Amino acid sequence: MIWNEKIETMSRQDLEELQLKKLQKTVKRAFNEIPYYNNKYSQAEVYPEDIETLKDIEKLPFITKDDLRESYPYGLFAVEMDKIKELHSSSGTTGKPVVSGYTEKDLDTWAETIARGLTMMGIGKNDILQNTHGYGMFTGGFGVHYGCHKIGAAIIPISTGQTRRQIEIMQDFKTTGLIFTPSYGIHLGEVALEDGIDPKSLNIKAIGFGAEMWTEEIRQRVEEIFGAKAFNIYGLTELMGPGVGVECEAQNGLHIAEDIYYPEIINPDTLENLGSNQKGELVLTNLEREGMPVIRFRTKDLTKITYEKCECGRTHARISRITGRSDDMIKVKGVAIFPSQIEKALLRIGDVEPHYLIIVTRPGTLDEIEVKVEASQNLFFDGIKDMMSIQNKIGKSIENETGIRVKVTLVEPKSLPRFEGKAKRVIDERDLH
Amino acid sequence: MKIKQLSIFLQNRMGSLSKPLEVLSKNDINIRAMCMADTSEFGILRLVVDNPEKGKECLEKNSFLVKITEIIGVEMNDTPGGLTTVLNVIKNNNIDLEYLYAFTHEKEGKAILLLHSEDIDELITALKENGITIVPSNEVYNL
Repeated sequence: MIWNEKIETMSRQDLEELQLKKLQKTVKRAFNEIPYYNNKYSQAEVYPEDIETLKDIEKLPFITKDDLRESYPYGLFAVEMDKIKELHSSSGTTGKPVVSGYTEKDLDTWAETIARGLTMMGIGKNDILQNTHGYGMFTGGFGVHYGCHKIGAAIIPISTGQTRRQIEIMQDFKTTGLIFTPSYGIHLGEVALEDGIDPKSLNIKAIGFGAEMWTEEIRQRVEEIFGAKAFNIYGLTELMGPGVGVECEAQNGLHIAEDIYYPEIINPDTLENLGSNQKGELVLTNLEREGMPVIRFRTKDLTKITYEKCECGRTHARISRITGRSDDMIKVKGVAIFPSQIEKALLRIGDVEPHYLIIVTRPGTLDEIEVKVEASQNLFFDGIKDMMSIQNKIGKSIENETGIRVKVTLVEPKSLPRFEGKAKRVIDERDLH
Repeated sequence: MKIKQLSIFLQNRMGSLSKPLEVLSKNDINIRAMCMADTSEFGILRLVVDNPEKGKECLEKNSFLVKITEIIGVEMNDTPGGLTTVLNVIKNNNIDLEYLYAFTHEKEGKAILLLHSEDIDELITALKENGITIVPSNEVYNL
């Protein structure tokens, strides 16, 4: 089944014409209504009328998370507050969060993208969908919720946590679809097995994955545990939320809702646009957003794109699973962490010149993070008790900064690698690539 | 009177003890006494050497994290109960010892006990008042 057959299977030529029209309209509105774009485009001497073809988008400057943050909270809104129906925000662990505003039409557009995705997963109006994404400022919860309403399936807005209750509800409510982050999904499955419940005996027929990087092995593991197909869902709060891309039954890349988001792939170093099937950073543009049109947003997510028609019949381009980041952000337990936060935490406890290394592992199904810190004169005392308390202090300071509990290990001076250029502070051993 | 002890931070992993000892031997520094406090991840190597300043300097040149800590040495009888006598004095004076280690040397019938507490002067006073011999630091450095 295809939710919006006309749009999702339209010829590339028609689709590109539609995209161009929407792009021109979006750029014009942004230029006229939002001082940020007006200033930035004027400085770059590029104007709405310069967008004559889709390729002309490359003339426009990029927008980054920092730009969005500087516009906190409402600086990038294109409408008055009386038109805004809902506000969401990213977690904001690094400075100010990014705020996303939605008009009534935006919420409908968002729901449309999720409706398409759920249909790709084989979820329809007769299904019962259990949404374990958190409801709140995080877009994962409500995005899925609205999409589910649109297709007419029953939604169980259980949110994250209460693992045993989740399992009980799956059994009693006869849940047929699940939405979770991969690591939480595996945890759910394992807890069920521990309690003597075989997840395969439940009625689950489809699973939607999101908000974390994962591997083909993890997918297979989840599919094995639940005896159901698992589909990748991609999205970002900055652009709207989940639903930017979703996998169809072919499970061979995520279809970008191309009439709603315009995707580009760039080389993150030279910032040049790359062709199809070349790995680079995904750049996204809202084509259909009233409240807060975001144009050429650098996602920092690494992927590649193909425009070949999919075996499912859809013509919309597909991106591959996200395989990394072009910056050093790491996502642990769904929370974004930057090494600069660890540095700040170390400076705060008196480490004058912090040398540290962040090691992320997934020993079982849940992420663990270890921070190795080189001991220094300020962090060294001739007593085990004092040393343990320093370690605890570092751990607390990092937890205050990031919200994540980490294991702190003090190591000898100069034992961590040194870098001439940009330091590599993160070792991700989760094997997500 | 106070002895300058070297405290060296080490990671608890195979071979980590040999490197600082090599540095000391190459620089012709002799170890008089040593003890190791360790956890599963790191340890503190405590050394009394014949030349603490030089020891610290050459270890630091080799990137080791070193602190000089003051401890004292007392003479005790190398007989059953010798240690208990000293410890009873410390306990009766309500002094909290952080750590201690001991060694014997060529002085027949005697052993040296090395002690560390937060307030070393208080410890010295209590021991002296109870007639316990504090060993001069030079004697420990140049046994």
